[in-house]
Amino acid sequence: MNWELLFQLTLNGLIVGALYGVVAMSFVLIYKASQVVNFAQGEFLLVGAWACWWLLTTFQMPFFLGFLITLAFMTIFGLVLQVVVLRPLIGEPVISVIMVTIGLSIFFQALMKWMFGVFAQPFPQIFATERVNIAGLEVQSVYLLSLAISVLIMAGFGWFFTVSKHGLAMRATAFDQQVAQSLGISVRQVFAMSWAISAVVSAVAGVVVGVVNGVSSALSFYGIKVFPAVILGGLDSVVGAVLGGLIVGVLENVAHFFDSEFLNWGNMFQIAPFYVLIIILMIKPYGLFGTKNIERV
Amino acid sequence: MAGIALTPSGDFRESYRDDTTIFPTKVSRAVAVGSVALLCLAPLTGDRYLLSLMIQAGYLGIAALGLNILVGFTGQISIGHAAFFGVGAFSSAFLVDKGVPVFFSIPLAGLMTTAVGMVFGLPAARLKGLYLAIATLAAQFIIEDFFARARWFTGGVAGQVTKPFSLFGFSFDTNETYFYVVLAYVVVMFLFAANLMRTRDGRALVAVRDHYLSAEMMGINLTYYRTLSFGISSFYAGIGGALYAHYLLFVSVEAFNIVFSIQFLAMIIIGGLGSVMGSMMGAVFMVLLPEVVQTAVDILSGSAIDRALGLAGAISFIREMAIGAAIVLFLIFEPDGLAHRWRQIKAYWKLYPFSH
Repeated sequence: MNWELLFQLTLNGLIVGALYGVVAMSFVLIYKASQVVNFAQGEFLLVGAWACWWLLTTFQMPFFLGFLITLAFMTIFGLVLQVVVLRPLIGEPVISVIMVTIGLSIFFQALMKWMFGVFAQPFPQIFATERVNIAGLEVQSVYLLSLAISVLIMAGFGWFFTVSKHGLAMRATAFDQQVAQSLGISVRQVFAMSWAISAVVSAVAGVVVGVVNGVSSALSFYGIKVFPAVILGGLDSVVGAVLGGLIVGVLENVAHFFDSEFLNWGNMFQIAPFYVLIIILMIKPYGLFGTKNIERV
Repeated sequence: MAGIALTPSGDFRESYRDDTTIFPTKVSRAVAVGSVALLCLAPLTGDRYLLSLMIQAGYLGIAALGLNILVGFTGQISIGHAAFFGVGAFSSAFLVDKGVPVFFSIPLAGLMTTAVGMVFGLPAARLKGLYLAIATLAAQFIIEDFFARARWFTGGVAGQVTKPFSLFGFSFDTNETYFYVVLAYVVVMFLFAANLMRTRDGRALVAVRDHYLSAEMMGINLTYYRTLSFGISSFYAGIGGALYAHYLLFVSVEAFNIVFSIQFLAMIIIGGLGSVMGSMMGAVFMVLLPEVVQTAVDILSGSAIDRALGLAGAISFIREMAIGAAIVLFLIFEPDGLAHRWRQIKAYWKLYPFSH
């Protein structure tokens, strides 16, 4: 057994898993605030990464300027989506809401392919590629940077939900919309804000992945990988989303390792999380940290 | 309410039998029989392209009807319908490869798909709404992965070649002849679905959709009916897939991806959730949509818009965008689908000069 490879892959899994965690967190944010299951989460990454890439390559902008403009754009993008598409569907059955996000997902995926082509495009060189040695393992510095950004975002979320006024308003809305409204919280604003924040945070993750691996339509697959993560952690738990993301990241790499070493089935990297997803749904559908629904008539 | 306006005067329903009949009046029965008879004449037009579109609408309509039984009648959502469609296509091709005549392989493929559907339907018995959506999403990826891996079953990446439908030595291998095979299946499957909705089981499915707790208290076994609806839906997908396989005579592994699944969902939303005929309208819409996009691009070709956007090279992306946009627009502006719009049009003309 090749222990060194296993450790290397586990470390990779943690780094990628942290990114999954970030995306899962922004997915849970929307779900908690507005009870919408967003199947277009991956397209937030995709649109954000392409927008940043376009600004950087077409206008030769410095990275941080382009990055800030991307974030501003994504704020507006999230707001517009919520107001134009999701707001008319408030109160509609869950199937309609799921379907509308699926429709958005396929629309933006095709639009991005049309505008930027189907091939992966590398980001312009932003940071010098160095290799850092951690406990005998070689790690590229961009990976460490991506890990740092993920942790930073997670800390930011923690602060937002426990200290800031808007975050508390959001938690109140998630707890009970009518009570929140009677306390002077604008539920409409909270809905719109949750979509804007979610779009921005996902776009950051998208740019990070783009810088590391190049931008391509494969980015939207992060939106699908979110589902094993959030089901594992519990749909309405932010902590669960982070943990679920980390577990899925490690799991797919370890599954890949065992597959290439012993089983030789191929493609376990992509599929293993979905087997786990089915098993979790069968034995513990509310996940590790999710609230268990008690239904009364 | 449009349904009430449609009932002609003098049609007093005096028994439950009258109330649950498929064709409430003689005219509606005559129209249904007449339109099938008219469709039988379609191959005489000799327009092979039109026929191929109709065949596509036929097998897609059968599969869409299955999805509508699951989503529209039982209120369970599935994002993996294309995978079950694919199971049907590969099962039929596999059985024909093992020497089963095509005549038997199509229904057998339906049953095999039902079996596969039941395996993934087991979680469906416990899950609902959004959790089931995610479970079927996982099923989509797992089955798709299985197609690529199971060389004995699907021929691997090379795909599976199969034979045309034949009966008593006569081979239905042209558009004109295969059209009748698809038409026969469409009539049988749609009559079955329309009849299902008149039985105790069909009404139980609708009760599960409308309020599952009340349904359970009325003695409806939720687990049984959720699994049953998943099984019926898979059966329809399997039949549709088998008809697809024996039309194209080649089944490739890549065809049954998630975009195809979303197309099925789009069909039933556009046609109308919970409407038998709506499934067919949605399938026709989805078959015609690429043609409309193609025509629009052809009209624009050479113009300033074409040069600015490069339409011709992006036709497949524009089609996908049109599907996504159709889903979103229908859900916002016409959530009851084409079937509802059609009822309104009929009601309007019924009262024509004095409609309010």
